[in-house]
Amino acid sequence: MKHLGFYIIFLFFLMSCSSKEDDVYTPVAYNLEIPELFADKLIAPIIPADNPLTIEGVALGKKLFSDRILSGNQTQSCAHCHKLQEAFSDSSQFSEGAEGNLGSRNSMPLFNLAWNFEERFAWDGKEFGLENQVIEPIVNPIEMHGDLNEITKRLNGHHSYPDLFQLAFGTSEISGDLVAKAVAQFMRTIISANSKFDKYLLGKASLTAAEENGFNVFMSEEKGDCFHCHGSNNNPLWTDNQFHNNGLDATFTDLGLGAISGDPVDNGKFRSPSLRNLTFTAPYMHDGRFSSLEEVIDHYSEGLKFSETIDPLMKKVNIGGVGLSDQEKADLKAFLLTLTDVEFINNPAFKN
Amino acid sequence: MKKPFYFFFFLLIILSCKDETECCVNPTIAIKLKFTHNWDGVELSSSDFNEFKFRTANNDLISISRLRYLVSNVLFNNTIESSSTIYSLIDIDKNETTLLVTGVPISKVNALAFTFGFRDEDNLDGVYADLNSASFNVPEMLGGGYHYMQFDGKFKDSNNADANFNYHAIRSADITDPDNIILQDTSFEVDLGNIEITENTTIEIKMNVAEWFKNPNTWNLKELNTVLMPNFDAQILMNENGQSVFSLGEITSN
Repeated sequence: MKHLGFYIIFLFFLMSCSSKEDDVYTPVAYNLEIPELFADKLIAPIIPADNPLTIEGVALGKKLFSDRILSGNQTQSCAHCHKLQEAFSDSSQFSEGAEGNLGSRNSMPLFNLAWNFEERFAWDGKEFGLENQVIEPIVNPIEMHGDLNEITKRLNGHHSYPDLFQLAFGTSEISGDLVAKAVAQFMRTIISANSKFDKYLLGKASLTAAEENGFNVFMSEEKGDCFHCHGSNNNPLWTDNQFHNNGLDATFTDLGLGAISGDPVDNGKFRSPSLRNLTFTAPYMHDGRFSSLEEVIDHYSEGLKFSETIDPLMKKVNIGGVGLSDQEKADLKAFLLTLTDVEFINNPAFKN
Repeated sequence: MKKPFYFFFFLLIILSCKDETECCVNPTIAIKLKFTHNWDGVELSSSDFNEFKFRTANNDLISISRLRYLVSNVLFNNTIESSSTIYSLIDIDKNETTLLVTGVPISKVNALAFTFGFRDEDNLDGVYADLNSASFNVPEMLGGGYHYMQFDGKFKDSNNADANFNYHAIRSADITDPDNIILQDTSFEVDLGNIEITENTTIEIKMNVAEWFKNPNTWNLKELNTVLMPNFDAQILMNENGQSVFSLGEITSN
């Protein structure tokens, strides 16, 4: 009889251990839907092993992305300069920071970031990895000007964030590292792959004669020769995510990659942006100097300026560029606009 | 007591036979091909890029900005050990200069050869995700498929001013009639001769970059510099000059 008592106590002990383990919530894996063209044409997206996507993590990242709590004076969120309706960019040439300061570069659009295979982000490649990139504008004095210690203190004292971090990461102790992970998870889900040209490649739409001719200008080495840096039907990112000096200036006020690497051969180089969603991402170039696509095309056609680090792919720089005809320019623009993804900017998954 | 002994003895024999079958009837090993680069014997690496420090056979002074190329179809003893599924984009700037080949038969004499670029049967438009992701494609209007090489840089023109060159090798395409493109496979096989290999062998394959401008055609950058992809004749010249670019280097075993 004594033995029976021990067995019952032991059984209760085991059950109590088991129920304690059940209390630890395991976040649910997020199924990242990879667009058909990306799956067919590109290598797998970059998802760090130490930050897998989860439903709870992505939802938390989305909430943080739009929360002013991440800025020093709590007046600004990430979404302030990365607006969904503008393909997560900013129509202002230079965005205004939390304290009214203006930056010197145009806000980069945010989409398809998980396919930046070399993981160098921002115009100048300053940050390696999306998690690092997330923190940069939060603490940058001319952007959100936050202090990570202060922000995590706020988040830890918040009425709901500790529980949300508990669900997403198994801890209610919020750190800057976990903030970065959550926002990066959300940003990796921001995908744009449903433009007219995507549908054309999938056989679900047809191009006008002007659009088709514009694509040929884009792909022709003796015409636009855009494909060497800006993708193609076989690289539907429409960027190589590499750094190039595209002949904007003869001398530099902004060194771009050169300021990061410290190597003068990188002066004036900036990361190629994707050509998707140009309808929503004006103004153009790293400093937003061009307000229209016509100006951009004119630049490559006859506005190139020589500097020592100009990319060798910038042809005929001595005469300003490749010299497209008016018709070719108009057709090229027509093609570029087929990369517009209206569904993307109306996607409820990204709406606040 | 004797019975278990016989049983284990029998089991040991069976196990050892199995091992023999799996490992030693057709033994194979992995070897590494390591591509190194030089300019007429002077070592060349990405640290030499973007400086006017190389002079071509035509006396053009050049600087190199980018050099990446495709090797495929590695053959040992004339046997296809690697088909289209094994290839490598050699990229000096990114220090990606090796190709690991597995399943190489151990043999006293191995004839080693590989293809510069893709043979036509492997040069299929858009099918290699890693090469698409690296933007190494050739436009469909030029026959599609992939570049064999992207070699970009600058040269000093007649006025001693900087001018760009894009020495891009692809399958030759005559697009005189866009509705009837004539293609010619200008990839080529590099035969490195017989090599004795053992486990963990690294084979150095040397590219003399100067040869692209030298032999048999002295390349004049003032005439042939950019827009060479749609230039059928220029692609033939590249193919001819490429034949003497590669040579066998050191063979080492770790």
